[in-house]
Amino acid sequence: MQVAFIIDSSYFIAAFLFIYGLKQMSSPRSARAGIVLAGVGMVIAVLASFLYSLDVRPEAKPMLQTNMLLALVALSLGLGWAWWSGKKVAMTAMPQMVALYNGMGGGAAAAIAAIELSGYQTHGSISLLLAVLGGLIGAVSLSGSLIAWAKLDGRINKTLRMTGLQLINGSLLLVLGGVAIYIVWQGGQVSQWLFLAFFAMALLYGVMMTMPIGGADMPVVISLYNAFTGLAVGFEGYVLNNPALMIAGMVVGSAGTMLTLLMAKAMNRSVRNVLFSNFGAAADDG
Amino acid sequence: MDYQSMLLTGFVALYIFMLAAFAGFEIIGRVPAILHTPLMSGSNFIHGIVVVGALWALLNASNLTQQIIGFIGVLLGAGNAAGGYVVTERMLEMFKPSTNTKSKE
Repeated sequence: MQVAFIIDSSYFIAAFLFIYGLKQMSSPRSARAGIVLAGVGMVIAVLASFLYSLDVRPEAKPMLQTNMLLALVALSLGLGWAWWSGKKVAMTAMPQMVALYNGMGGGAAAAIAAIELSGYQTHGSISLLLAVLGGLIGAVSLSGSLIAWAKLDGRINKTLRMTGLQLINGSLLLVLGGVAIYIVWQGGQVSQWLFLAFFAMALLYGVMMTMPIGGADMPVVISLYNAFTGLAVGFEGYVLNNPALMIAGMVVGSAGTMLTLLMAKAMNRSVRNVLFSNFGAAADDG
Repeated sequence: MDYQSMLLTGFVALYIFMLAAFAGFEIIGRVPAILHTPLMSGSNFIHGIVVVGALWALLNASNLTQQIIGFIGVLLGAGNAAGGYVVTERMLEMFKPSTNTKSKE
């Protein structure tokens, strides 16, 4: 049997298990079974993806052994640390851990974008656009989630309030959009420094966007970044031509958006209110 | 027969995105407020699939920069997947005994 067929069918099974598992999770009775199903899907997908090593790009062939070793080390380090930290964290500290893990996912999506862009391996304007957008959203999600984690964990107690902060954030976003368009316009053939500046600005934007938001509103913000990461993963899935990433990312992107709206509604706040006003900030300081 | 992996580009990709987006909306449609946080955590686990993409990128890395970024990517992605699973599983553990009276609102 051919390797590509095994990989593709594993992804198909994984995508099915993700969607079915998420559906199960939306009812209290079957919620526990849902996460286990989704977990099985994840294990299948990760194991199958090691088959990629049989068919790598020609220029990566000489480094395959090192890369394989690096992959195994990174995988076990990330898995071990997250498993340990997830098991020992107190029940009340869970929201910030969700924020932390979510930020890590955003960072991984941004890392994929960084590799594809800096290696000039992405071709075609749609692929480029989605790679740049996915990287931007992923990086914002990474730094934003880290700030959300730090705030909920009591590491940052101050709420940054500054006149004109909206204006600064708005212009930063405008610059980011401009750079993104420029990269796509140039067919991705721009200097490495521009990529570096782009990702640095995206990280800065995530920080600036989250700093003014008070701790009481954080669950809504974490849910929003969760949707962001999903979207970024979906976009990078398109760039890598990987259906598992595309489907799982997009489902989470839309489900996360829906959840964000529902959570904001349950708190009697609108999402716009949470993000662009300091309304709730005073309440949680006291 | 030669198996060919399908290239998901253009409109095929667009259809996948659209249908997946609708699936996401429909699944979350009417959940009780008590499940908001576990579901957020559960969907956080699902986008941990990004580790698969990062693995591909690392295995295909051809210089030191790509290896470093790829290593970080796989590390972060694995953390997302494993952490998301453990935390969600612990949250949902609390739903195991019949909490039906509570969940009805």
